[in-house]
Amino acid sequence: MKSLTFRHLTNSAVTLLMVLATLTVLTPLALIFIHIIKMGLSSLSLDFFTQIPKPTGESGGGMANGLFGSGLLILMASVIGLPMGVLGAVYLTEFGGGKLASAIRFSADVLAGVPSIITGMVAYALIVVPMKGFSALAGSVALALIMIPIILRTTEEQLKMVPGTLREASLALGVPLWRTSLKVMLPSAAKGVVTGILLAIARIAGETAPLLFTALGNQFWSRKLTEPIAALPLQIFSFAIAPYEDWHKLAWAGALVLVCIMFALNLGARVMGRQKRYS
Amino acid sequence: MNSKVHLDNMNVHFGSTHAVKSVSLDFPANSVTAIIGPSGCGKSTLLRSINRMHDLVPTARVSGRILLDGTDVYARGVDPVAIRRKIGMVFQKPNPFPAMSIHDNVVAGYKLNNSLKRGETEEIVETSLRRVALWDEVKDRLKSSAMDLSGGQQQRLCIARTIAVQPEVILMDEPCSALDPIATLKIEELVEELKERYTIIIVTHNMQQAARVSDATAFMYMGEMVESGPTKKIFTTPEMKQTEDYITGRFG
Ligand SMILES: Nc1ncnc2c1ncn2[C@@H]1O[C@H](COP(=O)(O)OP(=O)(O)O)[C@@H](O)[C@H]1O
Ligand SMILES: [Mg+2]
Repeated sequence: MKSLTFRHLTNSAVTLLMVLATLTVLTPLALIFIHIIKMGLSSLSLDFFTQIPKPTGESGGGMANGLFGSGLLILMASVIGLPMGVLGAVYLTEFGGGKLASAIRFSADVLAGVPSIITGMVAYALIVVPMKGFSALAGSVALALIMIPIILRTTEEQLKMVPGTLREASLALGVPLWRTSLKVMLPSAAKGVVTGILLAIARIAGETAPLLFTALGNQFWSRKLTEPIAALPLQIFSFAIAPYEDWHKLAWAGALVLVCIMFALNLGARVMGRQKRYS
Repeated sequence: MNSKVHLDNMNVHFGSTHAVKSVSLDFPANSVTAIIGPSGCGKSTLLRSINRMHDLVPTARVSGRILLDGTDVYARGVDPVAIRRKIGMVFQKPNPFPAMSIHDNVVAGYKLNNSLKRGETEEIVETSLRRVALWDEVKDRLKSSAMDLSGGQQQRLCIARTIAVQPEVILMDEPCSALDPIATLKIEELVEELKERYTIIIVTHNMQQAARVSDATAFMYMGEMVESGPTKKIFTTPEMKQTEDYITGRFG
């Protein structure tokens, strides 16, 4: 048997290692945050939220159109992706035992692993080419394709956790299976489902690649689904690589706003996820 | 006596497991029939075949005939949902809907089917709760969560929810096994009263309970129906040695 001091020493050494590892992970994250906050705050102004970008060479301007565009893209992507993801999950848990269900699960997993630029290319081929132009719609479809597998799998996991006795209770009252799924099972899993949805939205809010050749970006206001539209991540990207000091500042401000949005969404998801579930 | 539910050479398989073997049995209207037998002998399986709960189990296969008022519940074109409205079920563990209030649990069968007519709700709630002797205990807190009730109250709530949709038959699968003796006694008294309106089939592993509440008793062993008859006769002068061994507790 090893001596007590030896065990104490090992214990301390391993603890130290773990602390170091944690710090190694946290340090870059903290550095990124601190830098974005520092650079972003100094460039952020009310104009950022109310103005659209100024023409090349002029100073000032903001990303109001990008904020609006991102909002619209996320909304449209949710309109498409949410029902498909949630209802697909209901199908998988309540009705799907067969080959079709396995095929759907497999496809969802593959889809979740596809690089987002490829998803953008798919939307390009599906929407941009036939419609002969970049559009907000194409961008929404690309983002929806990213959302669907995330929502599908998280919702399915949550539905599986709802006790089967509730399903039986409802069926035994003469409630059809489809009503039971939608009115008993789904509401019982609601909190977890919403958590998954928030995480999916957080995921697409920062996506840039799938928008590059779908929504394309726009220097001006656009509210039409059939026209190219500005998006916050796209604007950050194009402003950051531009050779103007002023634009770099706007990009920093945009980055700060984007990070704050992601933070809020993730926090929301955490809060929802922590609330008591049915046990 | 007229037969309400009739099993005719019924078999249930789960894949290659033969869970219920060639059972024929009659359940007279407005009576309580107890199904007893050691755990795993197929009591629940038999019970759940009657309201087609096995429809959801892909491996389950029911054969033979199960007649409700002379109509085969498994006949082609028969809607299992319609069958389940006529044959209610109370489960082993009380399972009220956790997100619903006491009030909403009672009318859950209507609410979930969007079939609640304005004005009749309160009456259904009160009558159903009175019938399970729960009204006085909960009438001041109908809006509170069903999960605040004790286990025994929850089970009576589940019975209220079942009778609220006006079934003709009530299946009970060991409804007292999760309850304390006093709550058990209340449910037993309730069963006694309910048989005036409903045909009751109750599964129990508690032989005293079977003796107390039932008019007829059926003893199952390893998926087979060993013996059935008037409760008094089964408990005093059983014909089969296995039955006698089981009810006298001499069972391995
Ligand atoms: N869903 C199922 N799938 C496979 N086998 C089952 C299922 N339900 C019950 N069985 C089997 O059927 C037999 C009878 O079970 P059950 O009816 O629950 O017994 P009891 O209620 O008398 O305790 C057991 O051997 C059990 O393993
Ligand atoms: Mg059982």
